[in-house]
Amino acid sequence: MNPESFRYSKEHEWINGEGELRTLGITDHAQAELGDIVFVELPKEGDHLKAMQPFGTVESVKAVSELFSPVAGEVVEVNRDLEEHPERINEDPYGKGWLLRIRVADARSIEPLMTEAEYRKYIQDSSR
Amino acid sequence: MVEFAGWEMPVQFAGIIHEHLAVRRNAGLFDVSHMGQIEVRGTGSLGLLQALTTNDLNRLHTGQAQYTVLTTPAGTCIDDLVIYRIGEWEYLLCVNAANVEKDFQWIREHSGTGVEVTNRSADFGLLALQGPRAQSILSRCSDASLDRLAGFHLARGRVAGVETIITRTGYTGEDGFELYVPSTQAGLIWDHLLEEGAVDGLEPIGLGARDTLRLEARLLLHGSDLDETTTAWEAGLRRFIRFDKGAFPGREILLAQSRKGPERLLAGFEMIDPGIPRHGYGIIYNGKTVGHVTSGGHAPFLRKNIGLGYLPLALAEAGQEVEVEIRGRTRRAKIVKGPFYRRPARTEPVK
Repeated sequence: MNPESFRYSKEHEWINGEGELRTLGITDHAQAELGDIVFVELPKEGDHLKAMQPFGTVESVKAVSELFSPVAGEVVEVNRDLEEHPERINEDPYGKGWLLRIRVADARSIEPLMTEAEYRKYIQDSSR
Repeated sequence: MVEFAGWEMPVQFAGIIHEHLAVRRNAGLFDVSHMGQIEVRGTGSLGLLQALTTNDLNRLHTGQAQYTVLTTPAGTCIDDLVIYRIGEWEYLLCVNAANVEKDFQWIREHSGTGVEVTNRSADFGLLALQGPRAQSILSRCSDASLDRLAGFHLARGRVAGVETIITRTGYTGEDGFELYVPSTQAGLIWDHLLEEGAVDGLEPIGLGARDTLRLEARLLLHGSDLDETTTAWEAGLRRFIRFDKGAFPGREILLAQSRKGPERLLAGFEMIDPGIPRHGYGIIYNGKTVGHVTSGGHAPFLRKNIGLGYLPLALAEAGQEVEVEIRGRTRRAKIVKGPFYRRPARTEPVK
């Protein structure tokens, strides 16, 4: 159920798209683990994200979780809908629940990220 | 599942918000068998309990329940509990799971002749059926006349054919019942109620929603909002402290706080700015940390972010603005009095 064409990080973020503009979000596994999401704190347009560094938080009823960018890049768009409707992340993590659109600093930085099959195996192994 | 005071308990079934709203709109069933029960009986029972708690048990008639506090000589809270008067000389205390052993030892140490104190926690299972549809569901499963059972009263009756104590109490801010059942029968009654209540939208509720429901109703949690470092007066429990009843531990200290005003008071607040206050976060005023969040979170029914915390008396006033430090940033909040959520008034009065 994770999209085949997306790439995935160990911190359970996904990245999607072609070329330098990419969309970023958290995975279905991450939203399920968090439970009902009630608050999201995201960077502003123009902010620069560093790879593997926290850029925001997502809070469920029971926990606070930091968001890590899988790659470096500049924020070009933020999903404003999440301010009023953070539950979109639970409902549609790969669609309406997207977090950011970023201009990737280096397209090659996507390559080391996990494919869908690798991510699926990663979750299975870490839940053991 | 999560471990709590030695019990394996589910955090959620269908999801915390879903369960929270089910209780506010229809009904929810909680397995709270982890709560402890201590039985105190004999002609010395009233005198013993009266001498250890803040509320006045002389006002409690057979068949009634009373919320009260076990205090230390400093007036701080060993535990908060509900005392049920089961018979003329028979009381049942429902205490917090983490405090059963401590409470039991404390009460036993103070008991004299003519009183028998027994830890009955293993004998009782406890199910809570809460929400506006609770009475209609339970009336189909029980022979007790529930429409005559007022709040904070109890009745004996059969539920799913099993002899139980039915009390009109709870920890959600909704109308509802708690069922003291033989622990061996709790599973059977749980299944029966869920099956019978399905048409009314009854759902099983986990620990997660139990906490969001009680916080939204501004009901306190021992170990977070009150403990042996906070007095019962500071915790805002003045309605449950009766100075005219006679001696009890910490009475003089609590009396002095009632006259002069305590230095600090437990205050409820709701966030003005975005952000979720959580246990342990600092409460800031004029750049200084003036308190900490004791309980906080998202209130699913109100769709607000709320919390509780001890504040200097002058700041614990409705409308007062303070700030909560959330991950290094200060976010505005304002003090509110009373329960964050109050259930709508009953349409049919108790007969």
